[in-house]
Amino acid sequence: MKILVAVKQVPARDAPLRIDASGRWIREDGLSFEINEPDAYALEAALQLKEKHGGEVVVVSAGPARAAQAIREALAKGADRAIHVEEERLENWDTLGVARLLARAMEGEKADLILTGLQSDDLGYGQTGCVLAELLGLPHSTIIMQVEQLDGAVQVKRELEDGWFQNLELPLPALLAVQSGIGKLRYATLMGIKRARTKEIRRVTAAELGVEPAPALEIARVYLPPKSKQTELLEGSPKEAAQKLVERLRFVARVI
Amino acid sequence: MSILAILEQRNGVWNRMSWETLSAARQIGRELGQPVESAVIGGASLAAQAAGRVWAVEHPLLDQYTADAYTAALEALIRHANPTLVLFPHTYQVRDYAAKLAARFGRVLASDVIGHRVEGGELFLVRQLFQGRLNADVRFTLGPPNFASIQAGAYRAEALELGAAEVSTFTPPLEPGAVRARTSPPFRESQRGVDLAAASVIVSVGRGIKDQANLPVVEKLAQALGAEFAASRPICDNGWLPMERQVGSSGQTVAPKLYIAVGISGAIQHLVGMKGSKTIVAINKDPSAPIFEVADYGIVGDLFEVVPALAEEIEKAKRS
Repeated sequence: MKILVAVKQVPARDAPLRIDASGRWIREDGLSFEINEPDAYALEAALQLKEKHGGEVVVVSAGPARAAQAIREALAKGADRAIHVEEERLENWDTLGVARLLARAMEGEKADLILTGLQSDDLGYGQTGCVLAELLGLPHSTIIMQVEQLDGAVQVKRELEDGWFQNLELPLPALLAVQSGIGKLRYATLMGIKRARTKEIRRVTAAELGVEPAPALEIARVYLPPKSKQTELLEGSPKEAAQKLVERLRFVARVI
Repeated sequence: MSILAILEQRNGVWNRMSWETLSAARQIGRELGQPVESAVIGGASLAAQAAGRVWAVEHPLLDQYTADAYTAALEALIRHANPTLVLFPHTYQVRDYAAKLAARFGRVLASDVIGHRVEGGELFLVRQLFQGRLNADVRFTLGPPNFASIQAGAYRAEALELGAAEVSTFTPPLEPGAVRARTSPPFRESQRGVDLAAASVIVSVGRGIKDQANLPVVEKLAQALGAEFAASRPICDNGWLPMERQVGSSGQTVAPKLYIAVGISGAIQHLVGMKGSKTIVAINKDPSAPIFEVADYGIVGDLFEVVPALAEEIEKAKRS
């Protein structure tokens, strides 16, 4: 089975965010980046399927030159090769535009299965997979907890709300947006990192793919969220802060 | 020119978020001077219980949810009814098909919207970025139809004159071959052993704990308080605690009198599961963590120093 995995590089979770001069995005200088964690789970699901049934895992990532670092990490974890859609200013593209880039880059691959994470930790639209399936004309399902390969189909377990689940069967080729926690994330081994250096990364640009940004949705402004509650911050040494907190919980909030 | 609110039902039971979405549609409709209609798929007997003008979208292929059938059905309804804006509740089901539907119209779903404002007749929708660390105002750059989904709890369900709906039935032209997924009925896994919803005090741990081996640091605090021990999603994803101890949109929703969030940054998926708690305490090293936006009391610091100190002070208080 040939499996494509869409991977995005995003600012690290604890990276300090500063709004840029345009007021419409963040400053990227001094930021560290990592693989979007939900996408790491999609990659993990792909690698587990390959270990069980054989085949090939190809990572596809749209992003600026720095995204090569995330791609190399995915290769070090066990992906076989990668396609890097190089686009320096991805923030000018909306999810439909990015999905068009990915779709065009994936078309020629004739994959059996395409996996994506459920959402990105930066924009959080949670729809690249769903839109990609529409553009490629594939059946899809989202919030996937388990994948079993059948003959010409996959059986998947999908999470619903409130502890409910559903099994469904999709004919291949298909696209699945994978829920975080589908498997335990692996680390790259030293051997994996070494091997990754010799693996193929094919680079294409948006122009080569013939796709223009043409956004249908744009960010007008980014800003710090207003506080909904007045938080009382308790200061001092850990012991002093703890004492102040216990006092308030006992005598002000009266909850202990 | 109208706003179309998509209401959601499963097996004849309304999803409460439907009314929040209808309220959002009415607020936006008032400000833009547009009437509001709603639509319910496969719930003809329920449609009359809604309010205002309602489309009951009916077809045998809609009895069981599939992304293919729902997308095709709503595509047909939208082409028929010509709304300017289609609003959805941001449910798991909507997350599975609404973006596909929007893409079919060459549009992008503004997903998980928490608010709006109208400026000079133009609609701006508010979304969260970076797991709630920043907000963004977004706008549609193309003409109708446009699409957005509304986050749970973002709009208060207005008092609606439910039960006086004016229902029109719409039967979309669906072909059996267009539905590619074969579905089984939804099921529930074995009953939960832990009922977090019944707990009056909860101590919850997140990513800041760094390693499974560190969990006892926080568990001791839970014991000192006689509290239930819970966690945010990443902890359960890692298998460090069982899924039944997870608080958040994919876990349990809780509203204890005291909720202490330790090393939890406060991604929206977690906040929706606990923001109804009476008193919220956040302990986190990052002062800009969104958890502080909902906390009554906060301690900015290293949890490995603060939590043991707090457990000790609580033990002391119990003895006094």
